[in-house]
Amino acid sequence: MDQVDFNAPHSMGTTIIGVTYNGGVVLGADSRTSTGVYVANRASDKITKLTDNVYVCRSGSAADSQVVSDYVRYFLHQHTRIQLGQPATVKVAANLVRLLAYNNKNNLQTGLIVGGWDKYEGGQIYGVPLGGTIVQQPFAIGGSGSSYLYGFFDQAWKEGMTQDEAEELVKKAVSLAIARDGASGGVVRTVIINSEGVTRNFYPGDQLPIWHDELESHNSLLDILGAPEPMNI
Amino acid sequence: MSSIGTGYDLSVTTFSPDGRVFQIEYAAKAVDNSGTVIGIKCKDGIVLGVEKLIPSKMMLPGSNRRIHAVHRHSGMAVAGLAADGRQIVARAKSEATNYDSVYGDPIPVKELADRVASYVHLCTLYWWLRPFGCGVILGGYDRDGPQLYMVEPSGVSYRYFGAAIGKGRQAAKTEIEKLKLQDLTCRKAVIEVAKIIYGVHDEAKDKDFELEMSWVCDESNRQHEKVPEELLEEAKAAAKLALEEMDAD
Repeated sequence: MDQVDFNAPHSMGTTIIGVTYNGGVVLGADSRTSTGVYVANRASDKITKLTDNVYVCRSGSAADSQVVSDYVRYFLHQHTRIQLGQPATVKVAANLVRLLAYNNKNNLQTGLIVGGWDKYEGGQIYGVPLGGTIVQQPFAIGGSGSSYLYGFFDQAWKEGMTQDEAEELVKKAVSLAIARDGASGGVVRTVIINSEGVTRNFYPGDQLPIWHDELESHNSLLDILGAPEPMNI
Repeated sequence: MSSIGTGYDLSVTTFSPDGRVFQIEYAAKAVDNSGTVIGIKCKDGIVLGVEKLIPSKMMLPGSNRRIHAVHRHSGMAVAGLAADGRQIVARAKSEATNYDSVYGDPIPVKELADRVASYVHLCTLYWWLRPFGCGVILGGYDRDGPQLYMVEPSGVSYRYFGAAIGKGRQAAKTEIEKLKLQDLTCRKAVIEVAKIIYGVHDEAKDKDFELEMSWVCDESNRQHEKVPEELLEEAKAAAKLALEEMDAD
């Protein structure tokens, strides 16, 4: 078996999702960062804060997406605190993201979903895929795991969901993708953004639904090793 | 009214003993001696009006515009040295388009006013630059509603309900104060602005003038544009009528 190169570029195989609902947005992601077949981080946080009211889901190259987020956070801070004096709109945040993604398209490999809430337009989701397009959507999916979710969303998505319905949808979708995509895994993290603020949630394996052919997850080796069956030698 | 700052007024980088920068005050005089410019913020938008003094009968009506569109949602009326005004408008346009390219949203009027004011102020800081000899009334309609700002040659910028600069500003301000701006729609305001400008125009001192007006309001779809032809004619007629009634007394 070939030696695993721990210093190879870290990629987030990933499943990322952003969904608008009646009152705000729900962002969701898995937590697997992989280097080849080695899972470099099984509990990463791919939903990153840009401002108090705007977050971004990161996919693709971990480094590229982190750097883009850092720049946008910096520019937004200048724009908001220093110039404007009021929270940035989601559109402005998404536009800054896409300017970086587009103008550096030859050197970057990251797909992003920007989601947030502002007082003018309410909850909004903007997809910024690989080439640096910006498109506002009622919901957006991204990352390698998203391939398995297009049909699911066609059937399950509906306009004007409640907050609970939206979060359930996101949780279900990410867990479906994790079941089928080797590059997605770990836990499901969600971030809910609305007029009242931001709520972060965390769903480890045992709180997620089991799909066809999946094995039940075990949180601790003690569960497995705790009660061994007697061996018949 | 004015005091001579002998010795302390030769450079914009010199303070007088009582803390004044005379060059900036002299720049303001250039504005005071130009044709009146008015801006008012009504219920549903902004109306800008200019008393454009015509120096020669050979000039084509509609030329030498004093009101300029800065962005789709905002416009600027200039009083004072026209060439200086052109510079400020060019800068404002550039700031507005740059903001739009970077942030993906039309520049908030407050931000635009800040940037124009900073630029005007910049030119009062160096001895090798002279201050702008013009004042600007900036009106725009953004997400926070219609807003009116005035930028003076010193670089100071304030937000107003109604503003007037130029020769007839005192009389104009008095007239504006009489209006109930919260209840006025832009359609009615156009007529009022025309009346005010015709009213403050001094027939004796100045010759002909042309009335130039623009608005940004709900009716114009929140875009800055020239007041439509028929409304402008209606306003001029009403203003002339009002003048005659005044004279008849």
